[in-house]
Amino acid sequence: MKLALHAEWTKLRTQPGTAALLVAAVVLTVGLSTAVAATATTASGSDPAKLALTGIYLGQVVVAVLAVTVMSGEYSTGMIRTTLGAMPRRWTVLAAKATLVAGAAALAGGVAVLGSLLAGALLLPGHGFTSAHGYPPLSPSDGAVLRAAVGSVLYLALIALLSLGVATAVRDSATAVGVVLALLFLFPILTSVVTDPHWQRHLQQIAPMTAGLAIEATTGLRGLPIGPWAGLGVLAAWAAGSLLAGGVLLRLRDA
Amino acid sequence: MTTTIAPYRSQAEGARAGFPQLLRAEWTKFRTVRGWMVGLLVAVLLTVGFGLLSANGSHRSCSGPSGDVACPSPPVGPGGGMVTDTFYFVHQSLTGDGSITVRVSGFSAPEAWAKAGVIVKNGTGQGSAYAAVMVTGTHGVRMQYDYTHDQAGLPGAVSSSSPRWLRLTRSGSTLTGYDSTDGSNWTRIGAAQLAGLPSTVQIGMFAASPDSVKTLSQGIGSGGASSSPTSATATLDNVTLQGGASGATWTGSMGNRDGSPAGGGSVQGPTGGFQQDPGTGAFTVRGSGDIAPAVGGAAGDGQAVERTLVGTFAGLVVVVVLGTLFITAEYRRGLIRTTLTASPGRVRVLAAKAVVCAGAAFATGVVAAAVAIPLCTHILKANGNVLYPVGLLTEVRLVVGTGLLLAVAAVMALAVGTILRRGAGAVTLVIAVTVLPYILATASVLPTGPSEWLLRLSPAAGFAVQQSLQVFPQVDSFYTPVNGFFPLAPWAGFAVMCGWAALALGLAGHLLRRRDV
Repeated sequence: MKLALHAEWTKLRTQPGTAALLVAAVVLTVGLSTAVAATATTASGSDPAKLALTGIYLGQVVVAVLAVTVMSGEYSTGMIRTTLGAMPRRWTVLAAKATLVAGAAALAGGVAVLGSLLAGALLLPGHGFTSAHGYPPLSPSDGAVLRAAVGSVLYLALIALLSLGVATAVRDSATAVGVVLALLFLFPILTSVVTDPHWQRHLQQIAPMTAGLAIEATTGLRGLPIGPWAGLGVLAAWAAGSLLAGGVLLRLRDA
Repeated sequence: MTTTIAPYRSQAEGARAGFPQLLRAEWTKFRTVRGWMVGLLVAVLLTVGFGLLSANGSHRSCSGPSGDVACPSPPVGPGGGMVTDTFYFVHQSLTGDGSITVRVSGFSAPEAWAKAGVIVKNGTGQGSAYAAVMVTGTHGVRMQYDYTHDQAGLPGAVSSSSPRWLRLTRSGSTLTGYDSTDGSNWTRIGAAQLAGLPSTVQIGMFAASPDSVKTLSQGIGSGGASSSPTSATATLDNVTLQGGASGATWTGSMGNRDGSPAGGGSVQGPTGGFQQDPGTGAFTVRGSGDIAPAVGGAAGDGQAVERTLVGTFAGLVVVVVLGTLFITAEYRRGLIRTTLTASPGRVRVLAAKAVVCAGAAFATGVVAAAVAIPLCTHILKANGNVLYPVGLLTEVRLVVGTGLLLAVAAVMALAVGTILRRGAGAVTLVIAVTVLPYILATASVLPTGPSEWLLRLSPAAGFAVQQSLQVFPQVDSFYTPVNGFFPLAPWAGFAVMCGWAALALGLAGHLLRRRDV
């Protein structure tokens, strides 16, 4: 496993675009978060932590591309045959890729979340989000904010794992990214047109993005369709399911 | 002895290399990849399937004395659109031509579009034709008729020191409205042709004040609104009737509310009343409700037809993947070298590819929409939902617009795929600039202002082509993206999307010419 990790690390490190994608994830996340924090009004949304972390919507997309290319890139160049020839234990290969890609996503996520929260803490008080209006300042000593921050980093890592699993199962990069983005984005759109409250609630509970982002909520926890950690658990289940499906297919199919 | 051997020349005629041949070649490439044809089918199935899912998940029923009952359907106006027709009406019959003149000397209005004035109506049934001249809360004197028409008269608020004289004259099926500040110098506001107006109509005074609507808590999927009734009171004196009115007996009546509010709002019905001062003859009319078109969105009780097309997003994702693969697969397999050797006009190759994938995507979208709209509309109605009626032209726009949306998205994907030459990056970029802005704008993630700018500038503006909800300036409502109202007109929004696609295609053509393959 240690050798497999080292081999995958070398590939990830030397593959063109890895660094650019990680930087893009950070820049886009912090950029969107800052733009939202700079235009926020207290009437439009009441959860300052969620507002400050809006950039995750964009950052996850870049993370998904990175995770997908780690696997699909090997299929498009034929490198996968070399990889599996050198390391015939396919689950080990997948585990090594999963570890690295989740680590890379968490690293970029950590920087992006810190940057976003910093921008939020600086900008939001100027838009009415002050203690006087019932909004405590965004500080990591606040348990809920800390949970939102750590949870968002974990969220990005889980998105990376979900994407890796899908890419392993689908092999083609364009199709894999399409499947991942459809899983993330179509649930909220469907939720917004369903009027039945029970259906809405159930859709929000099973949607990987909506449930996973429940981890960012710091206010109105009782009204959430799913609790913060339970929501992240739903996303973890999606990621585990996709990795399992990908792993089984990787094991059974010819490369 | 020497013999000369003639060099071999093929007897086959030279193949023609026009644009149709190029199209045929590209179509053959598209057609023969089984996964892509399956993909188109999947796009149709997903689009229809999502529509069915959302239709099945939308029920509406009203609580009656013995459990839930089907909701009464709201009234429909002469123009075919759904209307609100609940106001306090002080009326008597008028046979033949005639007119009514009043002076409004006081109006206490809680809402900007609270109304009071004179009206001629084809009976007291809901949704019947009418014409009215009225004072409003903050919009001055207006002449309105048949729910959707609205013309401005004198500006300014009404008070006892600054009264307004209103006059409505009937002549056949033509109703003409006048206003005045002193009762002697009259200005004509406008005239209404009410086709099929019978000889005997109801003429009189009215007052109405629409519900005060507030948005509820924000958050993904909850763009609800709550409404509470308000009422306006008007003082009308110097009431003069001319023509074949039935006499001096006035009857007061209040239309019934169209079912109970679906949003769980107040069940308190509209109220109203009138009294006449025996000394001065002045009337005090108090009323709630509104006489106006019904507006969709969170404040409305009905469903918009475009809800049945929610699956367009699923179809769009599939089509974007296919459009990207159409070019990136050539780069990956090296087929692009063969393609460009066979037809060295690179921009023409790109154009042929664009035509082929746009055509395939258009057909997919049109088929999907043509199946989804009737099917889902049927299910929605069976579940007790009320749909805002749309005209045939609008329905055609929704179907063709869905096809065009997918076509432009496919072309954009093809162009971005040509620019990036990477499948994952291209798919992500196109989805991130079309679907993500839509989600950010409509799922209450962003405030209204930035949401509207996002839907004006990003390619997501194109989804406006699927909007059937109408904006009525004479009704206050939340015309926001969360409620299904796009900031741009349908075809203007679509043009923005086309602009982005054209830009990407131009850049792709330029790079394809410049770069080696």
